[in-house]
Amino acid sequence: MRYIEPHGHMVSRTTDDYQAMVMAGCAAVCEPAFWAGFDRGSVAGFRDYFRQLTEYEPARSAKFLLPHYCWLCLNPKEAEDLALARDVLALIPEFLGGPNVLGIGEIGLNRNTRNELAVLEDHIELAVKYDQLILVHTPHLEDKLKGTNLILDRLKAHRGVKPERVIIDHVEEHTIRRVLDAGFWAGITLYPDSKASPPRAVDMLEVCGHERIWLNSACDWGVSDPLAVPKTALEMRARGHSAEFVDQVLYQNPVRFLSQCPKFLVG
Amino acid sequence: MDRGFIPVRAKLLEVAAFLDRVERHEVAGDFRCVALREAAALLGDGQPERARRILEKLSDPTTKPDRVSSGKAALGAWRPPAK
Repeated sequence: MRYIEPHGHMVSRTTDDYQAMVMAGCAAVCEPAFWAGFDRGSVAGFRDYFRQLTEYEPARSAKFLLPHYCWLCLNPKEAEDLALARDVLALIPEFLGGPNVLGIGEIGLNRNTRNELAVLEDHIELAVKYDQLILVHTPHLEDKLKGTNLILDRLKAHRGVKPERVIIDHVEEHTIRRVLDAGFWAGITLYPDSKASPPRAVDMLEVCGHERIWLNSACDWGVSDPLAVPKTALEMRARGHSAEFVDQVLYQNPVRFLSQCPKFLVG
Repeated sequence: MDRGFIPVRAKLLEVAAFLDRVERHEVAGDFRCVALREAAALLGDGQPERARRILEKLSDPTTKPDRVSSGKAALGAWRPPAK
């Protein structure tokens, strides 16, 4: 079996995780910029983080023969400080030419505030200006439905946004249809206690189709499982889905979306 | 059915035991417990798309962005504003 991990915060993971992922068939890992668990205090902190994502982490991943790609942004959890956000967004273009940078992400909303929305709009503008793919984080738990609607409104209102170049991640049963119906890609995140479980993810594939959907573990420093994607392949096969179905969802779909960035190469 | 029933049975018992536990510890009036009981009622209504409807039941129904953040973390159920 082969698969892509399109969303993993590998700076938070161990080398054992890299080894296990590769042994399970992982062919590439993509790392969106994330919150560190605390708010970074300065733009210099972000510069260091972007260097980690574009220089150090791909080198660490390469030791396990795993291609590493990344996305850059200021995470919505840190969007309340508008002055800092402005400075960080001004920093991003100097990193966009890096050989492993796929686009702008994971942008979006956390608690659905006005400031978060303003920073989201600035990120969308940046992505359009530099013709970048966009990876969107949708909020957690009770905030997801409202946040997804606000995000969709903003994306649809921008004439420069091409839906086929945007993936909206962390969809669940109450948000997946509106994302797909608007022409965007949808990401299903597999978490032990929130977002989706492997059985629910496969339910969504069976009900909503599997043309513009990828699965990811979004493994980070919290409760998460870097092998959640290959474990979901087992759920698919146990229900009678073919090996070709598994390959399409776990490998071909993410490759199709990510290959819109010419820097993304696998195989 | 053979693969799914036992794990789901266990999760249903976890829900039941949790509701017993919060009553025993006198926190059953917490807005999250109230929301959980209301959402759980959808399980037996005989209508389809239970997962979607439970997620919607637990969601913030408002539509405008909030003026300020109430904190970094979501709580799992929407708390109506105090009157």
